[in-house]
Amino acid sequence: MIGYIARRVGVSIAVVLGIALVSFIVIQLPPGDYADGYKSFLIEQGGATESEAEAQAELFRQRYGLDKPLPLQFLVWIRDMVTKGSFGFSFAYKRDVGELIAERFPRTLLLAVLAHLTSTVVGIVVGILVAPRQYSLADNLAAFAAFVLSALPRFWIALAIMFFLVFTLEQEHVTAFHSPQFVVVPWAFGSLEEISRTWAKLLDLLQHIWPVVVIAGLGGVARNMRVMRGNMLDELNAQYVTTARSKGLTEGQVMRRHAVPNALHPIIMYQGTSLPYMLQGELQASIVMGLPTIGTLLLTSLRNEDIYISASCLLIYGVLLVAGNLIADIALVVLDPRVRFS
Amino acid sequence: MTLSQQALARAATNENSGANDTILEIRGLKTYFFLERGVVKAVDGVDVAVGRRKTLGVVGESGCGKSVTFRSVMRLIQSPPGKIVEGEILLHRKDGATVDIVKLDPRSRQLRDIRGAEIAMIFQEPMTSLNPLHPVGRQISESVLLHQNMSRPAAMERAEEMLNRVHIADPDRRVSEYPHQLSGGMRQRVMIALALSCNPSILIADEPTTALDVTVQAQILDLMRELQDDFDSAIVLITHNLGVVSQMADHVAVMYMGRVVEYAPVYDIFHRPKHPYTIGLLNSVPVLGRKENNRLVPITGMVPSPMDDIRGCAFAERCPEAMQICWEQSPEFKEHEPGHSAACWLHD
Ligand SMILES: Nc1ncnc2c1ncn2[C@@H]1O[C@H](COP(=O)(O)OP(=O)(O)O)[C@@H](O)[C@H]1O
Ligand code: SF4
Ligand SMILES: [Mg+2]
Repeated sequence: MIGYIARRVGVSIAVVLGIALVSFIVIQLPPGDYADGYKSFLIEQGGATESEAEAQAELFRQRYGLDKPLPLQFLVWIRDMVTKGSFGFSFAYKRDVGELIAERFPRTLLLAVLAHLTSTVVGIVVGILVAPRQYSLADNLAAFAAFVLSALPRFWIALAIMFFLVFTLEQEHVTAFHSPQFVVVPWAFGSLEEISRTWAKLLDLLQHIWPVVVIAGLGGVARNMRVMRGNMLDELNAQYVTTARSKGLTEGQVMRRHAVPNALHPIIMYQGTSLPYMLQGELQASIVMGLPTIGTLLLTSLRNEDIYISASCLLIYGVLLVAGNLIADIALVVLDPRVRFS
Repeated sequence: MTLSQQALARAATNENSGANDTILEIRGLKTYFFLERGVVKAVDGVDVAVGRRKTLGVVGESGCGKSVTFRSVMRLIQSPPGKIVEGEILLHRKDGATVDIVKLDPRSRQLRDIRGAEIAMIFQEPMTSLNPLHPVGRQISESVLLHQNMSRPAAMERAEEMLNRVHIADPDRRVSEYPHQLSGGMRQRVMIALALSCNPSILIADEPTTALDVTVQAQILDLMRELQDDFDSAIVLITHNLGVVSQMADHVAVMYMGRVVEYAPVYDIFHRPKHPYTIGLLNSVPVLGRKENNRLVPITGMVPSPMDDIRGCAFAERCPEAMQICWEQSPEFKEHEPGHSAACWLHD
């Protein structure tokens, strides 16, 4: 088992390196670079001539190493990441990419994990409830809802929710994590007063982020529900469930002790692969809702070819996916005797 | 020993065993499946009885309703689409009371007290009849805890003892092993241990050896016989193997198209079969030492669909003896000689 986990970790590291290489190459594919944008900025806004601007752009390239061959740029990027913890420099923000990402990463993860948990818990519970009532009204309603939810584009749902919040509920701030009055309130638990303000801030936070969590989670609810329902139906028809019933267990005990744990296993395995959906959903929802997460950062950086940001964001998404898969694999080894003992 | 000699030997022991009471009586049982494409009359009027501490062999072609009949006894028929539409299943309980299982709510306490404790069941597929996620000891002790007033450690000890009783080596180690670590034969032994752990008065074994190698099959049958004597259980042995029946059964019920068409002591089934279908079955299997007619004669024709509405005898189309009346009226299942019943116009 230890050997298996060590192997999986090793493979994961290799995959992350591969992702780093691919993200670096992919963002180099569009023609031009940040210096080109800088050049046209100088010509249009600064009144510089073509050759002056070109010289400035060339200086810029030398300063940030954009004139070096690509493999070298990549190696330098990876080297600095490993040795200095630096993810490169953002030309547009004039700041270290690591700092920019560090600011947004916890919130992004919070949103993605909340969305993931919501979709998993709701999906699984509904799946368990409808499976023994196959083709009943509840089952059909759930299936219908699942289809609709997974078919509606996320950005559309985001717009609809925003419209509803602003024009129907007249909520004043939608595109932020907090209302202005809470932004400076610290997360502190020193005194009773502090705790009550922290509580109020938490509620304010939830009020702002629930649309993103719901939107990012919806598609996942549908997927998890369908998968869980299918698993449950398979397990309920399995011989060992009949054995369990023939022992004299109640239907609830048969479900809890036998059918549900077996049906959960494929779901655990597939959690790693459903994380991309959550991230994608978080990305879309955050962009439309204008929340400053990694998703919005990635979008802006792609627009102005701020390559180190783009590559780092892609890399982070990649690492999250690989980590999700790794955690799912390990959870399965711990839970399933058939994997554990082989 | 030839098949018929074995049957003769068993019949002889039966004469001496005396106690002739029944533990389970099935009367006019009908279990149908209501599907979109029609009604499947899987069990369509079964009458059969199981004697206390006796073995009833149930034979018949695949699909004739053997499993559904005895799943009905455990109320394990999935509903919908399945439903017991008519009949009685009378169980004479340990406390002396008689209960009609058909009348019980499948979710009731009363039925759950019967399952596992008074009637236990083992299945054809030892590979899938155990929960892959639980150690086998826990699966046995789960049943013990349910029906007997025991502490967890005591129940686990009972599980270990049961593994010992079914001749699994190193039971103290095996109790904590998972099903995938055991061979098919060992899993079937575990199923037997599980089934007998609460001393049921009836053990229903639905093709318990069909999925096993021939040598393992013989061992499992030996084990069942040995434990039947120890545990005083009646056994319902569902099989399509007539050799197994001749070795194991005291009585035999031959099923065709959802009905019992012949019921008799094992000796009579092999030596004086009454129903042409039983005769066909006997002629279609090789019997060692049967000199007079060594040719195998398969039963010709197709089994009608259980959805068809059949007038007359369901076997008429395939029956070499079919007469005019056979096409018109269904023969009644009735006793033609003491202890020997059949549903066939030939004997009226
Ligand atoms: N769950 C079910 N749904 C529909 N039909 C069923 C179901 N279970 C059994 N049947 C039908 O009932 C008939 C008898 O089946 P069964 O008792 O399993 O036969 P066997 O004698 O081989 O054990 C078959 O025609 C089968 O198709
Ligand atoms: S009733 Fe007629 S058709 Fe049916 S088994 Fe007897 S002889 Fe054959
Ligand atoms: Mg069967």
